[in-house]
Amino acid sequence: MTWETVIGLETHVELATRTKIFCACTTAFGGEPNTHCCPVCMGMPGTLPVVNRKVVEYACRAGLALNCTITRRNRFDRKNYFYPDLPKAYQISQLYLPIARDGHVEIETEGGKDTIRIHELHMEEDAGKLVHDPWTDQTRCDYNRCGVPLIEIVTEPDFRTAEQVIAYLEQLKSTLEYLGVSDCKMQEGSLRCDVNLSVRPAGSRELGTRTEMKNLNSFKAITRAIQYEARRQIELLEEGKRVVQETRRWDDNKDATFSMRSKEDAQDYRYFPEPDLPPLELSEAYLEELRAKQPEMAGARKERYQREYGLPEYDAGLITGQKALVDFFEAAVDLGAPAREVSNWMLGEMMRRLKEEGLEPRQMKLTADNLASLIQMVEEGVINRNTAAKVFRAVFPDNADVRDYVHKHGLEQVQDMSLVKRTVEEVLAEHPDAVADFRQGSQKILGFLIGQTMARLKGKADPRAVSQEVRQQLEG
Amino acid sequence: MSEMRELLELTALELGAAVKKGDVSAEEATRTALEAMEEREGALNCFITRTGEQALERAKSLQARVKEAKSPLYGVPMAFKDNICTRGVKTSCASRILGDFTPPYQATAAERMEAAGCICLGKLNMDEFAMGSTTETSFYGPTRNPWDTKRVPGGSSGGAAAAVAGRECWYALGSDTGGSIRQPASYCGVTGIKPTYGRVSRYGLVAYASSLDQIGPLARSAADCAAVLDVLMGKDPRDSTSLDVPAGGLLASLTGDVRGLKIGLPTGCFGQGLDSQVHRAVLQAADVLKSRGAQLIEFDFPVMEYVVPAYYIIAAAEASSNLSRFDGVKYGWRAEGYEDLADLYCRTRTQGFGTEVKRRILLGTFVLSSGYYDAYYKKALQAKGVIKRAFDEAFRHCDVLLTPVSPTTAPRLGESLSDPLQMYLSDIDTVSVNLAGLPGLSMPCGVDGAGLPIGCQLIGPPLGEAVLLNAAHAFQLETDWHKRSPYGKEAF
Repeated sequence: MTWETVIGLETHVELATRTKIFCACTTAFGGEPNTHCCPVCMGMPGTLPVVNRKVVEYACRAGLALNCTITRRNRFDRKNYFYPDLPKAYQISQLYLPIARDGHVEIETEGGKDTIRIHELHMEEDAGKLVHDPWTDQTRCDYNRCGVPLIEIVTEPDFRTAEQVIAYLEQLKSTLEYLGVSDCKMQEGSLRCDVNLSVRPAGSRELGTRTEMKNLNSFKAITRAIQYEARRQIELLEEGKRVVQETRRWDDNKDATFSMRSKEDAQDYRYFPEPDLPPLELSEAYLEELRAKQPEMAGARKERYQREYGLPEYDAGLITGQKALVDFFEAAVDLGAPAREVSNWMLGEMMRRLKEEGLEPRQMKLTADNLASLIQMVEEGVINRNTAAKVFRAVFPDNADVRDYVHKHGLEQVQDMSLVKRTVEEVLAEHPDAVADFRQGSQKILGFLIGQTMARLKGKADPRAVSQEVRQQLEG
Repeated sequence: MSEMRELLELTALELGAAVKKGDVSAEEATRTALEAMEEREGALNCFITRTGEQALERAKSLQARVKEAKSPLYGVPMAFKDNICTRGVKTSCASRILGDFTPPYQATAAERMEAAGCICLGKLNMDEFAMGSTTETSFYGPTRNPWDTKRVPGGSSGGAAAAVAGRECWYALGSDTGGSIRQPASYCGVTGIKPTYGRVSRYGLVAYASSLDQIGPLARSAADCAAVLDVLMGKDPRDSTSLDVPAGGLLASLTGDVRGLKIGLPTGCFGQGLDSQVHRAVLQAADVLKSRGAQLIEFDFPVMEYVVPAYYIIAAAEASSNLSRFDGVKYGWRAEGYEDLADLYCRTRTQGFGTEVKRRILLGTFVLSSGYYDAYYKKALQAKGVIKRAFDEAFRHCDVLLTPVSPTTAPRLGESLSDPLQMYLSDIDTVSVNLAGLPGLSMPCGVDGAGLPIGCQLIGPPLGEAVLLNAAHAFQLETDWHKRSPYGKEAF
């Protein structure tokens, strides 16, 4: 029997507001334990939450960008459960009237284009962190993260493959980065994803029993977990067993998922409307204002890059896929560097170096103005392309000024044509055999002679000029 | 001695005026109150925490700046119910679980009173977490009614009502979720008002039922209440449910003129279960207002049967969530000898909360549980809507409503707790006001055969504090029930 995998995602995204969702504490990552908190986010008795308007704005803008309908009158609810990282013993979230619903995202994979429907997007507060100290065998609470604003984006079960899931997440990440509402750093937990997965016989319309997977901290982990879990469920069904509805934890080291709790143990969260916060009324004028502020998203920008700059579709897609690349590209182009050149450098040398160093584009030190200078130096003939590539690699780690670097290392191209002429004469004189070969019709030997000349000039000559000179002298 | 008595019998405004004039110093007033506390606390137990030394210090510093006094309450000693957070002073909610909790922050209400020049004498006893109608559920022992120490002062702001009636302080701040200011005010013969929901910031009030809780004053007269509300009312950016509407000017607006005021008497509130002496006294109060030119309108108020169940479902639901944070992890009391996390929670909450609090947490947890939410909580919210609309309808032809506060006068200690359901039912005339978010006032209007005070309730439309206080003021210009002291005429 062939099986079909059905996947839905719940993604938690930390919003990049300066302060927390219900108080004025900083959202800065890290910090000494319990230094980023106050009576409100610690849930001390008598304290009350006050909604950070910036959180509402960011959530709205994310909802609009994901083509959702914004709930004009939305409301917070309490999700009640006991755990030491949750100081009020309830999380302020949205269940009954989430801020945004019914959206969709277009994705593209090798399998083609697909539409992923967004069920809802809601706002909520993050919980604290428990740190177990194995030496004292004590668990300690750090409430710094309490009240950091999150949005949770829930899709419909519209995915069939891990590739689609990754394409969606990349698209989501890019969208949120374009909006500037989140920095989406998976390793710092500002983008976290739970995967709901079930399998069913191909062609069946009914959904199978699903499991929910947690602790997926990278795209790689998500891909492997999906493959593992689909295989596990299929094996169970093929052995005539049942899939149990449960929450499973992905273990990156063991490359497998493990049962955390079954549906029977599932908590009753006793949701009810948060009485401390009146419903949020969003006016049409407010939403209109936000719509007007929305930036150009990846898709539109990609088309514009093709149209305006003549970039190939593939290249335009790569650059617009990440906001950090877009910012870099546009900054260089604004400085007057030809777009095609900028794109070639970025997708060639730059991507290679990033990959080698294991860096994200936003972590890179190299600045757009430095690359623009490099491109300009090639255009001006100050250095040749090969030298430029070497300079790029040299300045990449610390963003050393390219002009200083070229000057300091004496890499300027040889402009003195008489020196080129003299050097060619010397090379031809030293290689009579090669000259003879050429005269007998071997064009191949031409490259050898050019190479010898370039080497003697330490690579600093314009290769076209050298080539011309060699031909001239041989044929002359 | 008689000078001390005289001072204690003044209203807060009279004392404030005397301090301002220089007839009496804030320090003398404070010392007098502390002496009264010393003498009476053994019998009454109004206070959980006394802050006499700080009060004297504060009185001295206020006295030094008495020329700058702006509020008419400047230099008047008072006290806070123990669920109002006071920076650096234990705030226990009369519970074992918060027995050692000292907040590092101040409730907005306390902040505002302080800015007006109040002198805080301490923290007042109450039913544990404001759950109860007798102040007997306090972990720190019951408060007794100054009119008869075998009787309860009512609740949950029983310590506040008894301290004001017992002349231990000139006014107090209480909180009212279902009658917790008005009912003890009635049992103790003082005047108390629960403002419109949102009028006074709840920031720093330890929540019982967030959508119903309001802070308000208990005092010797409607005018005193008006002066306190002038300080308390107003938008607070720290409480999103506080209302951004004009506030203040209540005291200045008291004319005592009720000519043409349309007073509604809902027949449903004068029916079964109402003590005949209470019935008579309340109707007489209506007649007094009529004699000053008000117009009485009897009307049918058909929603009373929904009031108590809707209230107890909503209040318990919110309480079950609000009180979850008391888990022994971060502050307050923690049980010993626990095995693991669940056991820590279980033991701490089992031992830390009293019976009535646990009863309401269980009830609230049940009504919010999946499968029961629609049948109970959602239905209660619908009932709340129906009740609110019934009031809206009543206020289309009435300016205020007049009802009893409680069907009886103060019961004996121990009488109510044996039958919680009966106790809940006796809240019928007060809880509807919280469900509808309206202002409600309780004023003394007589005594029963045993000499116990009887209270009359005035209910106003949203933001109708001025109308209520003016009607009560008119009544108090005509009568002297509010001036009667449990210490009798010999006090003078």
